[in-house]
Amino acid sequence: MSKKLMKGNVAIAEASVRAGCEAYFGYPITPQTELLEYMSERMPELGRVFLQAESEVAAINMVYGAAATGVRVMTSSSSPGISLMQEGFSYIAGSDVPAVIVDVMRGGPGLGNIQPSQGDYNQITKTAGHGDFHPIVLAPASVQEAIDLTVLAFDLAEKYRTLVFVVVDGAIGQMMEPAELPPMRELPSGRPDWALTGAKGREKNVISSLFLGTTELELMNKELQAKLAYIQANNEIRYEEYMTNDADLLLVAFGTAARVAQTAVQHLRQEGLKVGLFRPITLWPFPSRRLTQLTYLADTFLVVEMNAGQMVHDVRAAVHERVPVHFYGRMGGVIPMPEEVEQKVRELMRVVPTEDDVQTHQFPVKPQAAHEFLRM
Amino acid sequence: METSIIIAGFGGQGVLFAGQLLAYAGMDAGKNVTWIPSYGPEMRGGTANCTVIISDQPIGAPIVAQPDVAVVLNQPSFDKYVNLVKPGGLLLVNSSLVTSVCGRDDIQTAYIAANTLAEEAGNVKLLNMALLGALLARRPILTLEQLEQSLVNHVGASKAHLLELNKQVLQRGYSCQ
Repeated sequence: MSKKLMKGNVAIAEASVRAGCEAYFGYPITPQTELLEYMSERMPELGRVFLQAESEVAAINMVYGAAATGVRVMTSSSSPGISLMQEGFSYIAGSDVPAVIVDVMRGGPGLGNIQPSQGDYNQITKTAGHGDFHPIVLAPASVQEAIDLTVLAFDLAEKYRTLVFVVVDGAIGQMMEPAELPPMRELPSGRPDWALTGAKGREKNVISSLFLGTTELELMNKELQAKLAYIQANNEIRYEEYMTNDADLLLVAFGTAARVAQTAVQHLRQEGLKVGLFRPITLWPFPSRRLTQLTYLADTFLVVEMNAGQMVHDVRAAVHERVPVHFYGRMGGVIPMPEEVEQKVRELMRVVPTEDDVQTHQFPVKPQAAHEFLRM
Repeated sequence: METSIIIAGFGGQGVLFAGQLLAYAGMDAGKNVTWIPSYGPEMRGGTANCTVIISDQPIGAPIVAQPDVAVVLNQPSFDKYVNLVKPGGLLLVNSSLVTSVCGRDDIQTAYIAANTLAEEAGNVKLLNMALLGALLARRPILTLEQLEQSLVNHVGASKAHLLELNKQVLQRGYSCQ
């Protein structure tokens, strides 16, 4: 099949249709709205359900209801809308039903703005709702990957009966790139045996997150934690490495920040600096083990995010203080430029003096690099 | 080889479509491309711009601080980008609406009266095509034929009657000194 030039939001929408999404519930919000708009036309065309709810709270509870009947269901929103949906996420997690959520992140907190951001990292990976659970979180960095991971999201949700998030920033939602769509899947003929399908001729199924007894609720929690541990152990950790083999300094970034970091690596390599990029694709489960291994290779880490520093805490936890983990980020919907990242790397590798160096009259510390600097 | 192009002007001047057409043509020519708009609470008459990157290699950042080429369709865009074009780069100015002259001698500058060119051809709305033509004459990242073919491939049925005129304006821009 040939490639088409597609906008991220539209690509995610069509990918979900082809992955067999049977019902979509949502509420418009920029920079995600093209996704909902596309679904409003496409789903009825296929005889599937599209419903614009009266609010995000209503939309996520409709998702919960549809998920309980065993259909492939999704919603999409952007940061403030995702915040509103949190109660529903927790109910879905507590009920062990599968659902796919797309978050096209924008600048926050509050209403913030509609520019690209990665400020929802903590909200989605750590605190997607009350109680103890994590969704699986997939973070594409291109339109093609957004398509591939959306399809994967439905499969993982069903396989583990869990919430799966696809998180992109507004840039990937709005950007156009050539990409290839997967073939259209046939919809399943039956429903899973746990689903609410009318209990005619069988024992009734109960889908609920209400367990009033402490013993029961603790047991339910233990089972949920066992499932999450199984997901972590079951090869669901995904990441990509770029020029890490001989890297002295390792950049760690996801989504659009990783694209920026990749360009920075290309430029810095031309200067002879050994820099590599580690890009987590699953933000939960987080690729901690591989990052620990990479501390034996690179002696400095620099995390680049479009927020005040959220994933950096997971990176620090992963490397057990074996190497210093630095951070560079922009907030407020600003995408960092590769040049900013490059400058930060040069400072860390002491190719150029830092502000502190200048104030304390220190010269760059790496002898070879200092030599280069003095020649400049 | 990687070329970054920023096209900027008023909403309604065809800034976003001009960028998309470049991206389509780049894709059809088998290159890697990205197109990213400035998006915001903006409407017709406000400012709009998009960044297009066309490359033989996979593209990292879809945005650039210093573009290789800036195509500025109005005065505010000229003011914003005149000093951002990378040394050795190209600044294409719609001199129908921009009265300033670029004072830099480290970039190539061309002044195209795009509104006039398009109007003479029969439709002032096609000024974006005049500038794309002028761009390809100075930076052969794609051939004129490739761009014309992409017009044919990607212009919707509702605009099909404008196809010939689009091509004419493209060619006028291409031949414009």
